[in-house]
Amino acid sequence: MSSSVETPVFIQTKSHEALPPPNLARGPIAWMRENLFPSIPNTILTLVVFYLLYVAIPPLVKFLFIDAVWTGTDRDACRAETAGHPVGACWAFVWDKINYFIYGSYPITERWRVDVWFVLLAIGVVWLLWLKAPRRDVGAVYFFIVFPVLSFILLLGSDWVGLDHVPTGLWGGILVTLIVATVGIVFSLPFGILLALGRRSRLPIIRMASVIFIEFVRGVPLITVLIMANTMLPLFLPGDITIDRLARPLVGVALFASAYMAEVVRGGLQAMPKGQYEGAMSLGLKYWQMMVFIILPQALRIVIPGIVNTFIGLFKDTSLVAIVGIFDLVKTIEASRIDPSWSAPTIGYTGYAFAAFFYFIFCWGMSRYSLGVERRLAAGQNR
Amino acid sequence: MATTANAIQTSATVDPRAEPAVQMLGVNKWYGEFHVLRDINLNVRRGERIVICGPSGSGKSTMIRCINRLEEHQQGRIIVDGTELTNDLKRIDEVRREVGMVFQHFNLFPHLTILENCTLAPIWVKKMPKKDAEEVAMKYLTRVKIPEQANKYPGQLSGGQQQRVAIARSLCMSPKIMLFDEPTSALDPEMVKEVLDTMVGLAEEGMTMLCVTHEMGFARQVADRVIFMDAGQIVEMNTPDAFFKNPQHERTKLFLSQILH
Repeated sequence: MSSSVETPVFIQTKSHEALPPPNLARGPIAWMRENLFPSIPNTILTLVVFYLLYVAIPPLVKFLFIDAVWTGTDRDACRAETAGHPVGACWAFVWDKINYFIYGSYPITERWRVDVWFVLLAIGVVWLLWLKAPRRDVGAVYFFIVFPVLSFILLLGSDWVGLDHVPTGLWGGILVTLIVATVGIVFSLPFGILLALGRRSRLPIIRMASVIFIEFVRGVPLITVLIMANTMLPLFLPGDITIDRLARPLVGVALFASAYMAEVVRGGLQAMPKGQYEGAMSLGLKYWQMMVFIILPQALRIVIPGIVNTFIGLFKDTSLVAIVGIFDLVKTIEASRIDPSWSAPTIGYTGYAFAAFFYFIFCWGMSRYSLGVERRLAAGQNR
Repeated sequence: MATTANAIQTSATVDPRAEPAVQMLGVNKWYGEFHVLRDINLNVRRGERIVICGPSGSGKSTMIRCINRLEEHQQGRIIVDGTELTNDLKRIDEVRREVGMVFQHFNLFPHLTILENCTLAPIWVKKMPKKDAEEVAMKYLTRVKIPEQANKYPGQLSGGQQQRVAIARSLCMSPKIMLFDEPTSALDPEMVKEVLDTMVGLAEEGMTMLCVTHEMGFARQVADRVIFMDAGQIVEMNTPDAFFKNPQHERTKLFLSQILH
């Protein structure tokens, strides 16, 4: 209010140079103040989290590493009274059983075939997922056509190439887990896309069929689908046709995942602006051209987190095939756990810790990969 | 309405050298209960430039979107370049190949580069070899004065540049008729001119054009006829001179007094 205030200058008479911003706080103290203790509620949360970490981490490290038994040939190594010290995780057990965990009961002399299959699978996955890989179109042909045929011949055997027949009842462990997950993932995406398009179709019969399928499968637990696939599928088929014991849950898992995938993809389709459809139609593109070149590439990109979420869920759900007597990784651990020669108090925990580690590596890998893809795509083009 | 219908009749008999590019005969359309197009009769000769204006909600966009069947009409006939639009998908595809469209919001494909935006339809709809399609695309991108942006993505371009790409993309299909649905309404004022210049150039080359726009300067400069629509009807249709100097209809006078200050 005082008259001594200088009149502010409203109009600049010369243009200003860009100046650096005022000093930013740097250093560990400033970082902590900003990120860990910015306000009283956050400070309380930070302290609570620190306390929980303090409670949880040391016993975990002690169990998994410090008290762990790394070598040994039977249960004596992992029992406190015979080992003479407190025993944590019994890694010797995992090491002793590792071949069973990987191959199940696959004949020992034929296990090289599974190793080759792992390598073929890895080649296919890397070829497809590595965005800068050469000739990714060939990679797709390899993964979706050549690889399944090779897998069939290699794992099941064929007189034609001189490989002994190995019935699927002997397959097990990580081999089966990866087969179920791969089949589920590879089939669920294309089927899911078709179902999502069907659900949005203008043709009533296709739309109805898609809706009924999706809602039916989503309304039923996976265990029910698996049991149905296992026991009811043979009832519907003529007596002389038998479906392989492993193939039944494969079909169940693939159908189940497709229904979920369809809803994820539908979310992406609905997020597409109408203008994209109109732009494509005005150029004379036919329905499938419009979908393949314009709509799906964008819609799928929007729902990458949802797709990967479904994949991760599917990967973990593969452990449910144990219900119908398939020896996946979890089931092989279950079976080894009760082996009398390894009967010790921490055997079960160790086995499950190994399973957790295995699942975590794969699921975390998928999650990180999708984040990387999203970031790369976001950098390529922003609307 | 009767007088306009007569005017069409005479112009059609006066000019028998070719069938009209677009013919709309008694076209009606409803959105549910709402009667959005009411007895539209319109004849567009080849090479004719038509500007359509009117208040929002008057059915201008709907009318031109009926011409390439982005909207379906429910009564009457629409004949585009000799092909009548029916439910027959083959005919719809045929018409869409001949008719280019430029939208208010560009509707470029953000996941494709500018060049890919322009070559996609020629390659897949016209079955043109990729190399030829790229050549054609570069020709039109040069014409709209942005060949150097060919390998960028739409999101990296300004609004005016994007709209020029959209025009080039349509031209790559060598359409006989171009539809413009408020092509400058979503642009910053500074960018309107570059798009209008492109459209003027196109008009000078004799392209058949139907433009929904409020750019009255553009209408004066290039239009052969200006159409005024209100409440789903063509209320007035005249040469730009007569339309601006001597509007007949009360609604037109009111509209012009609102937009011409």
